[in-house]
Amino acid sequence: MTEVVSESSSIEPTVRVETKRQPLPPKERLETVFEITDLEALYGSKAALKGVSLEVYKNLVTAIIGPSGCGKSTFIRCLNRMNDLVPSFTQEGTIRYHGYDIRAAGVDSVAVRRTIGMVFQRPNPFPKSIYDNVAWGLKVLGMKDGLKDRVEKALTQAALWDEVKDRLKTNALGLSGGQQQRLCIARTIAVEPDVVLMDEPASALDPIATQKIEELMHNLKSEYTFVIVTHNMQQAARVADMTAFFSISRGEEGHRYGELIEYDATEKIFTAPSDKRTEDYVTGRFG
Amino acid sequence: MSATDLSVFGRPNDRLRRRRIVNRGVEVIAWAAAAVGVALLGILVGYVAQNGASKLNLSLFTNPGTPDAVTSVPQGLANAFAGSLVIVGIATAMALPFGILVAIYVSEFAPRAIKGFVNLVLDVVAGIPAIVVAIFVYGLVEVGHGQTGLAASFALAVIMLPFVARSTIEILALVPNSLREAGLGLGVPRWRTTVGVVLPQAIGGILTGSVLAIARVAGETAPVLILTSLVGQGIAWNPLHPLWTVPLAIYELSESGLPNDRATAWAGAFVLIMFILVVSLTARWFAARSRRKLGRSA
Amino acid sequence: MSALETTDATRRPFSGRRVRFGDTLLQVVAGSAAVVIAVIVGLIAYELFQGAHLSISTYGLGFFTHNIWDPVKDHYAVGVFLFGTVVTSVGALVLATPLALAIALFLSELAPGWLRGIVGALVETLAAIPSVVIGLWGIVVLVPLMHDHIDPALNSTLGWIPLFGPSTGGANYFTAIVVLTLMITPIIASLSRELFLGVPRELKEAALGLGTTRWEMVRGVILPYTRGGVTAAMILGLGRALGEAIAVSQVVGGGTIISANLFSQGDTMGSKIATQFLNSASTLEKSSLVYLGLILLVSSLGVNLLAQLIVRRSSRRLSGG
Repeated sequence: MTEVVSESSSIEPTVRVETKRQPLPPKERLETVFEITDLEALYGSKAALKGVSLEVYKNLVTAIIGPSGCGKSTFIRCLNRMNDLVPSFTQEGTIRYHGYDIRAAGVDSVAVRRTIGMVFQRPNPFPKSIYDNVAWGLKVLGMKDGLKDRVEKALTQAALWDEVKDRLKTNALGLSGGQQQRLCIARTIAVEPDVVLMDEPASALDPIATQKIEELMHNLKSEYTFVIVTHNMQQAARVADMTAFFSISRGEEGHRYGELIEYDATEKIFTAPSDKRTEDYVTGRFG
Repeated sequence: MSATDLSVFGRPNDRLRRRRIVNRGVEVIAWAAAAVGVALLGILVGYVAQNGASKLNLSLFTNPGTPDAVTSVPQGLANAFAGSLVIVGIATAMALPFGILVAIYVSEFAPRAIKGFVNLVLDVVAGIPAIVVAIFVYGLVEVGHGQTGLAASFALAVIMLPFVARSTIEILALVPNSLREAGLGLGVPRWRTTVGVVLPQAIGGILTGSVLAIARVAGETAPVLILTSLVGQGIAWNPLHPLWTVPLAIYELSESGLPNDRATAWAGAFVLIMFILVVSLTARWFAARSRRKLGRSA
Repeated sequence: MSALETTDATRRPFSGRRVRFGDTLLQVVAGSAAVVIAVIVGLIAYELFQGAHLSISTYGLGFFTHNIWDPVKDHYAVGVFLFGTVVTSVGALVLATPLALAIALFLSELAPGWLRGIVGALVETLAAIPSVVIGLWGIVVLVPLMHDHIDPALNSTLGWIPLFGPSTGGANYFTAIVVLTLMITPIIASLSRELFLGVPRELKEAALGLGTTRWEMVRGVILPYTRGGVTAAMILGLGRALGEAIAVSQVVGGGTIISANLFSQGDTMGSKIATQFLNSASTLEKSSLVYLGLILLVSSLGVNLLAQLIVRRSSRRLSGG
């Protein structure tokens, strides 16, 4: 475990955390999963995001931080085309997944979401049994071979198996909030996606449940790529390898939109950020 | 380790293709069902309009008709319109105060257990078939006495009551509690707040609920068949005697083999449908408007 | 004079007795209205029992085991009427449910915004059409259509099924089923649509987020979630079909024979009451007709109760019980 400490930094970090994070591998060994270019997201005629460009790398945890209203949720929901469900939504720019434009003409959003999974802010287990919550997706997607083993593996990876193994057939809604959220994570990783998107997964949970989820991410990093939106800076500092800082900018006519300010290794963002706005945010001067 | 099949973005694998076909198939079925539903309405209204509009002229409204008649005299429905007006009017006069009072009780006074009970009773009444209400009123009032339009009004009122009560309860629930509290805070007695403040706020919704109930019973045939069908000639207005009504006219004329009678039936159906449609749509439009206004004043 | 002119209250503060009298009066008047309605329900049951008493004491439960309605011999039983009621109502439910659910799915999941309102309003308008008008259309348009085209077509292709035997007239059980389907589809459709719209968005997103198609999401999330409510809606539709007397009497053919052939003339309880009540010769016949009405009353009450129970049970399941 290393402590994040400023070396020859120019700022006094307010974020001192204990983290299990390893130093980043060299740039050449990083594989790009997402290549986002000039992303602009609009609801109706109002832009929620403008000019976002960044690359997400494989088997890393990438955190998206920023004040509320800066478009973090909108951004992450673009990555698996969840925003398609909103009638007034339109998008400019491209998002490439392993080189493929996820919004190209022949691409089915069903296929996109199959490989890019999502865990939501508030736990939303199906009103089914614990077992069926995990098994349903597997059955529908045709992964029925060794179903019971798959369910057990997913629940184990989500650090939930021991707590529920004796009551798999009971209603999932009887679990605590933290357990429900881990169930949702199990459900998502059971279908073996490539990427797991998390939209503030622990914001509705207590600190102990939050810690379990962060540990989970660390343990599963070698199998999945995580992108996590969080409003909790300490969480990003603990858990993320790369951090993207979004903030709110004002355009002409004064309407506000979200913008990517800085994107770099977490350590750099929190100890030696390049942009003053980043520095203001991580030192707690605003936001 | 992941099951990522990158070709998934370029070429769907077989299982995905099958699932997409099933999905598309269900979409087609749903669109077709909606089309069928709309078509059925169109066919129905179309036939009525086509056959009924042609027979629509002034004499329909000025000449009386004779049910079960074998006559060459041109038939109108003047007595049916008159009778419907009287009978539905009286039914409304009966049902409205009752329905509103029940709604006031449920909404403003009743403890929770009683609230549930009264709602249950309203649901029960709403579920009783009209023909059963009809023979109930017959047994209650007409046995051994003879038919009256009044008895039919009573039966229609029983049918209308749950609609009036339920929609009034709904609209009273929308009136913000702050209004009631304001009245109480000023020291105004409960009943004056209810009558003078809450009710006027809700009056729009109450009216629309009542109007919808009227549209509902204007076409009810079973009660008028049992209770007010042995009518005489000519246009009558006295509810103490049996009066002819529009739905009954349509019913009796429809069974007749004479093309002239059938034409009159279509014409009556056309007027009835137009009345119901115009009234319903206007009422719903009003309801949406008053609901929005209440929402904004909250 | 608005209630907010508090001249009374300021001039005579705490005039408790006067003030409370007005409140009590309103409460009593409004409360008695509620009591009257409950009394009416009781009266209805009482009246029907009274009216049917003669027939009940004459026939008892034997009323249900025979099929005869003979004013000449003055002998009556429910036979074909019970059969017809069940066949037409259940048949209508079988046809209406898939149609209604498909329409409800269309309105809640598929229709673009502008179309949603229009189609929804049109489907509800179908519910507003009086049964006598549908019956009129049935007599003039549907019955000949059945007799000339549809009955023979079904008979020739599916005639090996006893349901679709030879047809002697266009007014038969099948036509009544079609008419009832028309009447109960809008009810089931609009209730189901409300239920589908009420499924929480995050559950639907959870399913779609796993990479399922829209139909898989409907099948796995929406339908199970709304199972109780939809069943209740179906039962309410059934209740509506049970009680429909007028339109059915116009197209069902007035037959007396119990037969599996849907194209045979038949009759239902409601329809018999409607056609025979004022023509009944003897007191026993009239009492038997009221007996029919009593059976209808009990059925509709039972149906209502069942629907309520189902709704209550399913909402318990959805809250983790």
